This record gives sequence, C-alpha cells and structure tokens, in this order.
Amino acid sequence: MIEGLVALYIFMLAAFVGYEVIAKVPVILHTPLMSGSNFIHGIVLVGAMIALGHADTNLEKAIGFIGVMLATGNAVGGYFVTERMLEMFKTSKGDK
Amino acid sequence: MIDNWQTFLIEGIYFLAAILFILGLKKMSSPVTARGGIIWAGVGMILATLATFLTPHLSNLDLIVIAIILGATPAWWSAKKVAMANMPQMIALYNGMGGGAAAAIAGVELIRASAGHELSNTVQTLAVLGAIIGTISFSGSIIAFAKLQGLIKKSLLFNKQQIINLGLFVFLLVLGAVIVYIGSVPVIVIILFFLVALVFGVLVTVPIGGADMPVVISLFNALTGLAVAFEGFVLSNAAMIIAGTVVGAAGTLLTQLMARAMNRPISNVLFSGFGAAEGQEASDNAGIEGSLKPIDATDAAIMMAYAEQVIIVPGYGMAVAQAQHKIWELTRALIERDVRVKFAIHPVAGRMPGHMNVLLAEAGVPYDIIFDLEEINAEFEQSDVALVIGANDVVNPIARTDPNSPIYGMPILSVDKAKNVVVIKRGKGTGFSGVENHLFYADNTRMLYGDGQKMAGELLQGIKEL
Repeated sequence: MIEGLVALYIFMLAAFVGYEVIAKVPVILHTPLMSGSNFIHGIVLVGAMIALGHADTNLEKAIGFIGVMLATGNAVGGYFVTERMLEMFKTSKGDK
Repeated sequence: MIDNWQTFLIEGIYFLAAILFILGLKKMSSPVTARGGIIWAGVGMILATLATFLTPHLSNLDLIVIAIILGATPAWWSAKKVAMANMPQMIALYNGMGGGAAAAIAGVELIRASAGHELSNTVQTLAVLGAIIGTISFSGSIIAFAKLQGLIKKSLLFNKQQIINLGLFVFLLVLGAVIVYIGSVPVIVIILFFLVALVFGVLVTVPIGGADMPVVISLFNALTGLAVAFEGFVLSNAAMIIAGTVVGAAGTLLTQLMARAMNRPISNVLFSGFGAAEGQEASDNAGIEGSLKPIDATDAAIMMAYAEQVIIVPGYGMAVAQAQHKIWELTRALIERDVRVKFAIHPVAGRMPGHMNVLLAEAGVPYDIIFDLEEINAEFEQSDVALVIGANDVVNPIARTDPNSPIYGMPILSVDKAKNVVVIKRGKGTGFSGVENHLFYADNTRMLYGDGQKMAGELLQGIKEL
C-alpha cells in the first residue's frame, strides 16, 4: 500500500519531472512529443488489467473488459503513431 | 510491506518501467535521440504489462488476454495505415481511449464499492475525480477526432450553452460528492454519474472550432494523464501514479505553450468558441487597400529560380493538398540552382504544433533547414521570395496592426517584409478565424490560385524548363 502522504510526495515529484523534461523541447518535436506522452499514459493498461482481474459480477467484468480493450488501443496506437513520426526525422547530412 | 517475491518482482519492474518512461520522454525532447526515446518507453510498457500478469489472485486471465488482442489489433492496424496529415485526430482518438480506460477502472472500483468492497473516503474521492476527468477526456477526444476527421462539420453554438454546461458540471460534482459521501450507492446512480460526465465532455468540445483543436487535444492528453494518476492511487500502483502525473504535468506545459503561441488564453479557447469572431468578418473587410493580384506559375517559378534566398511558409493547406513531396522536389530543384531555401514554421501552423514538421519530415526535408518563428522572422527582410502555401492566419499582418481584430497580438511570421510574396491558395476564402488577410492585398504579394500539390508541380516544371 502507498500511504497518503507518500503518495502526495510521489505526485509532487513526478509533476516536477514532467514539467522539467518538457521545458526544453523544440517546437518541431511538439506533435511527436504529445503523441509520445499519449503513449506513456497507456500504462493505464496495467490498472485496467488489475481491475478486470478482480472483477466479480458480469457487469464489472464487462466494464473491465472494455477498459482493457481501450487501454490497449491507447498504448498500441500511441506507440506506432509516435514511432512512425519519429522515424522520419533526419538531417541533411544523411545520418539519423 | 513486501510480503512475497511476486510482489517484490512486480514492484521492481514497475519501478524500472517508471524510470524508462521518464528517460524515454527526456530522449524524445531532442531530434537526435527521439527515436530511441519511444523505444525505451515501449520496453517499459511491455515489461510493466508482463509483470502485471504475475499479480497474485488475478482472475479472468482469459478475458484479459482476449481484450488485449481485440484492443491491440485495430489500433496497430490503424496506426500503421493512417496518413501523416491525419495524425492529430488519431492522437485524439488514442488519447480518448486512455481516458475511457481510466474511467472504466473507476467504474469497476465504484461498483465493487457499492457491492461491499468498501474504499476509504480519500480513495473513493480520487476514484470519482479520475472518473470525471477520464470520462470527459474520453467523450471530448472522440468529438475532437470526429471534427478533425470531418465527421462533424459545424461548430455548434446554442443559446445559454455556457449556463447549461455550468449547470451540468455542478450536477456532476454533486453526484460525485453523493457517491463519496454515501460510499455504497445503487449502481444506477453510478451509471447516471458516468452518463452526465459523457454528455458534459461532448457539450464542452462541440462548440470549439478547428483552429483551437490542437490546444484542446493537448489539454485532454494532460487530463487523461491526471485521470490515470488518480486511478493509480486507487489501485496503489506506483507506475500509474508516476507515468500519469508526468504526462499530466508535461501535457499541461505543452498546452500552455500552444495557447501562448496562439495568443489565446486557455479559458478563452474552452469557453468562447471561435464562432464569436464570425460576426466581425464584415467590418474587417473595410479598410483594405490594394487588390488581389494573380500570377502564373511560370512567372513565379522564374522569380524563385533567380532569387538568392527563398523562404517557404507551409500551412494546413499543404497538409490538405498533400503537397509536401512536391514542395521538397521544388526545394531540391532550387538548391541545385544555388538558391538558399529555408522553411519557416509557425508554432500553430496546421492542426498541431509541429504538425508541419512531421509532414515535411515525411517528405524527406532535413530538419536543419526548418526554422521556428523566432529563428527566422528577422530573415524575411533579406529574402527575395516568400512562398506561402496554404497558410493564412499565421501570416496575417493585421495581427500586428489592428487591435479590434480577433487575432490581434498573435505572433505572426513577417512574410509581408519579404521583397516578393507568392501565395498558393485554392480560393479567395478566409482562414479559420474568418478574418480577411491583408497580406494578400499588399503591393509585393502575388496570388497563385490552385491546388497546392498541382501548383507546386507547375512551379517545379517552370524551374526545370529554365
């Protein structure tokens, strides 16, 4: 279990990290980055799996099932879209 | 705290995944390392997912596997298939799915709570908040997707919309408070709660115009992150808390950067609807001096071929016409003739910041000849030709001069300062803002009417024939 205050600390520190990591991003990467961060919240899949994993009634199972499907869509779609975008960045020198 | 090796292993892998996400995001913020960044984050995701299968007392394994396969296949297929110009709406769609998943987690937990698995007040509050945010992000993102995809054409504004929205939001909060306070409410109340949140997300997004969509999608992205973090607290899952919060914070910053580039406070984007500007259209036409002066592709080609420096300014019109490949061919033809060619990208050109960069990158334009607004604005004065293709509001000098204009104060590319301006444009219409563009009437501007791709081809032909 994560206790209340510890959770708050994690929340605060993670918020600072998120802010700092993005702060120096060039405009040309804004769309891929939005897409990349969109992929990262696909971690919701883990939660959806746990929720479906302890669902008892049929209603809970149905909702959990939809949750896992949606979360997988978020993670998988987000990954391939981001990868496709980033694949294209090249310099005129020809290296990657 | 750690009762057995399974939990220890799972927690360790989540910890590793969180590190991989943060490092991946960090790498994604530089063009050189960006590719590696998404791969690191991807490895983190796979590890975390596999570790979750080890969770003690995890039932419904068959359902989980089927749901993953059913979710992954269409997402993989659509992400591989979609055209680069349609990326923004796909991001909106995948983001909505994430919001929906967070809401579904809350749904399962709240229904379980009503069946006797009681949650503490704090946890229940977070579950409810995550449910509200996730559901709004879900239905709002779907609307954003539908709008950009052209499934919904109109920006709907109806009477007293804001009052209805406010009323609905208050009702939503009251329902949420009731759920938290009572603890185990009948399932029907929970269903009503989610329905109200869904409707609210739709109503908030429907009036927002296409030009503001990037800001809205970015905001929904941040909101989904936050919803994921909240549901992470509910399940006491550190990986979800960290990843969700990082995305929430990063997304918020990204939203601010975009809104600032458009000179529109976020509150404005959300609560006014761009439709408010339409009434002003008529008065804007007054006071324009000069006339629209058309030019042939051949003449424009000669102008560019003998120039020393040409700056190309792409906008959403280039994406619509899929003209980026032709533009790159044109650029190479010019470079062969020793013309210096640079690309100038306005932060909100297209449907998202960086949207133009992605399209140009797809065509093979190297990113070191692509420049942002601040880097290139001073150079227009020394340029012989500025070629505007499908950009409108972001090059409208009225943003500098007319305080009454809805786009007044928005930073623009100083295209009008170039010695000659060639504007490729399909027709005589206005940009998203509905404001007449004074640049098109300027003495040094020539209009090249036609489809972006076709005109770029004709320019290329003209240069090759010289």
